[in-house]
Amino acid sequence: MKYDVIVIGGGPAGLAAALAAKENGAQEILILEREKELGGILNQCIHNGFGLHTFKEELTGPEYAARFIDRVKEENIPYLLSTTVIDLARQENGVTVTAVSRENGLMTLEGSAAVLAMGCRERPRGALNIPGTRPAGIFSAGTAQRLVNLEGYLPGREVVILGSGDIGLIMARRMTLEGAKVKCVAEIMPYSGGLKRNIVQCLNDYGIPLKLSHTVVDIRGKERVEGVTIAQVDEHNKPIPGTEEDYSCDTLLLSVGLIPENELSRGIGVELSPVTNGPKVNESLGTNIPGVFACGNVLHVHDLVDYVSEEAAEAGKNAARYAAGSGTQEGVEIPVETGGAVRYTVPSRICPDRMEEELVVRFRVGKNMRNAWVCVYAGEKELLRRKRPVMAPGEMEQVKLKKEDLKDALSLRVCTEE
Amino acid sequence: MKEYDIVVAGAGVIGCATARELSRYTGSVAVLEKNADVCEGTSKANSAIIHAGFDAEPGTLKAKMNVRGNQMMDQLSKELDIPFSRCGAFVVCLREEELPKLRELYERGLKNGVEGLSLLSGEEARRLEPNLTKEVCGALYAKTSGIVCPFELTLGLAESAAINGVRFYFETPVLSLERQGEKWLVHTPKEDFLAKAVVNCAGVHSDELHNMVSEKKLKIQVRKGEYCLLDKSAGKHVGRTIFQLPGKYGKGVLVSPTIHGNLLLGPTAEDVEDRENVRTTASGLQDVLEKSALGVKDVPTRQVITSFTGLRAHELGDDFVLGEAAPGFFDAAGIESPGLSSAAAIGESLAAEIAQKLALGKKEHFDPIRRGVPKLKEMSLAERRKMIEKNPAYGNIICRCEEISEGEILDAIHGVLGAKTLDGVKRRTRAGMGRCQSGFCSPRVMEILSRELSLELSQIRKNQDGSQIVLTRTRGE
Repeated sequence: MKYDVIVIGGGPAGLAAALAAKENGAQEILILEREKELGGILNQCIHNGFGLHTFKEELTGPEYAARFIDRVKEENIPYLLSTTVIDLARQENGVTVTAVSRENGLMTLEGSAAVLAMGCRERPRGALNIPGTRPAGIFSAGTAQRLVNLEGYLPGREVVILGSGDIGLIMARRMTLEGAKVKCVAEIMPYSGGLKRNIVQCLNDYGIPLKLSHTVVDIRGKERVEGVTIAQVDEHNKPIPGTEEDYSCDTLLLSVGLIPENELSRGIGVELSPVTNGPKVNESLGTNIPGVFACGNVLHVHDLVDYVSEEAAEAGKNAARYAAGSGTQEGVEIPVETGGAVRYTVPSRICPDRMEEELVVRFRVGKNMRNAWVCVYAGEKELLRRKRPVMAPGEMEQVKLKKEDLKDALSLRVCTEE
Repeated sequence: MKEYDIVVAGAGVIGCATARELSRYTGSVAVLEKNADVCEGTSKANSAIIHAGFDAEPGTLKAKMNVRGNQMMDQLSKELDIPFSRCGAFVVCLREEELPKLRELYERGLKNGVEGLSLLSGEEARRLEPNLTKEVCGALYAKTSGIVCPFELTLGLAESAAINGVRFYFETPVLSLERQGEKWLVHTPKEDFLAKAVVNCAGVHSDELHNMVSEKKLKIQVRKGEYCLLDKSAGKHVGRTIFQLPGKYGKGVLVSPTIHGNLLLGPTAEDVEDRENVRTTASGLQDVLEKSALGVKDVPTRQVITSFTGLRAHELGDDFVLGEAAPGFFDAAGIESPGLSSAAAIGESLAAEIAQKLALGKKEHFDPIRRGVPKLKEMSLAERRKMIEKNPAYGNIICRCEEISEGEILDAIHGVLGAKTLDGVKRRTRAGMGRCQSGFCSPRVMEILSRELSLELSQIRKNQDGSQIVLTRTRGE
């Protein structure tokens, strides 16, 4: 049997993609999930604040996931749990997915289209080359979150957090609520990489200091962490001698960045962006491999799950159309260039013939900005100019492009102007 | 009190190799190890190279043991079911005026009996290794140089020894030795051991043990070396181990593929007083990255996934100290590089000496074969399918980065010398050694350890006592 659409990953992206594929006519859909439940990382995000855009209410992570899981079940979309995809390969009309599980052994599955929705992983200590000893008590923030929220165990009592990404901020509050003392959150950049609301609700409300332009320069302790040294950094992120401060603690949490998990994508030859570490996609969220689409955090790291769901629905819809052979595959793609503080765009190329009447282009900026302009140009022609009171690296931005505006465009440029 | 013919102090690669060689003979053997697992000291943190043997001065024990140890590796790796590859090595020369030193090294190798040596021009070297820098003006090519996993080698030797009757006592440090008649009374915090012979394989502490019984004092100067390990995506940057021509402090910084496909850079060389000092430092790691770039260009240093420090037991006499130092007390002291390469030979030679002294004969039924944990990722799909059909736990992937299944982790826990800790599982299976560095799999491996060993989750340790991962239940639980 050949599936229309195989969705790799049963987190928020995979669920929304599968639902959209179904709505758009795909008959045979299969979701492959490596954990023992659907929902992905949302299952351990028991704080609220999810779904404000989508459902106009504040849900917890598991509640948000449940809305999608319920619909997947209502729609009778099949899924396999505790199933890990070990290989993804091209074949003449689609893809071959090799997966293993305890129940089904080694499976070879064929699909007309595949949606990549594997999510991302946390950068480990080694990626920063933080010097010191290697004792127990060093966790990535997400691992600590799982231990506290899913396993019900406290990883430590006196905590220093490096990195002010959202998970780091959320865990500062979570550990505090569990009775741990969070001594500080150090952030190497001069700004936080997390959402403003998380800085207020997770740090300020609990009196946890946020030390910007600071990093961990030493870890002490033989069996268990006994302390860390934090130092201020200069404009090149180099520690400034003489600014070292010792903190005694038994735990160091790291929230120092997320990396899209694209080992499978790389295996099948998907071209990746060095900026996002995710696939380069077109307006349909299609990769360079025909029939392979990508969405969610495997494509680029999102700030809000609402946007993941929205984006994934597009990928699912386009995968269904591809599987059905409907919609044109013809047309010329124009690259989307970036300028000013815009670091990247998703999609990074657009085919005006294939695009819908309106297309959302998402991007992030590389620095904090006030009252800057977001502009879109087609060649010399300005298509859009919008003033944004505040933009920050931690928050995703978007612009909407109209099909009619791109009809004769040869190049496109999304940029900020100050 | 327990009584054995022979007590081996230390379950590093030398202790385990010696124990395995001793297990060929009649006579009871115990290995006492202060840590919770084998391979917890110098043996676990080094360059993981089986050197060809051109480096040591002719006539030294280092030269002799290295060449013999290297020759033993093909058969040994098959018997122990451990990965070993003769990937070859280059010693690269970066300055024209030092080319004579390269030739000296070549000639020293010939004197040491090393086979497969040749001298290459810079051009020839770059043809074989395109990522060498243009500064490389000549290279010594050693075809017999190899790479190995130090942990799997040590565990393989230990399990083979255990299969052949050697008993291992972990978390049992030797505190002191006392002569009791013709025997040694070995004091540990747990119990005493009585033995006809004691073998000193105590690594950076081997001088302390030696000096308890001998008037001829040894002095270990601990030399620290820092390393960076890069992601597998960088693993093919070089195909061979690239050394720089040795300077005053050892072999300089090497760039080498590892047996598991990562790229290893290091080590630095710094004399330290603290014998447990395994800290990495900002300056040390910087040094590694900078020096590695001298001989090899475009090293993708952004792909570092972890860094670590190893300690070398440098004896001031500058050679291995092997053999009987006091009646019934045998040294394997001062075993620094090329110690890993020499391990099999040191074990062979010491065991023969001890057997002769104790008048032990060869066993009739020594079993040289030991099987490691199967590696499903390296199997063909058909083989893998069969394995999962036989044991469905092989289909349940726990470590996604290295693709390690629950079945492999169970094999590691229930092996001959089973894993008891997170590090124990990691080193036996590679679960947690990948690019996420155990972020995803550690809670799941902890659960499996807790279930299989009937321990509370809060009792699960990273390695030694005191390294428990989680402390207590949360408030609601």
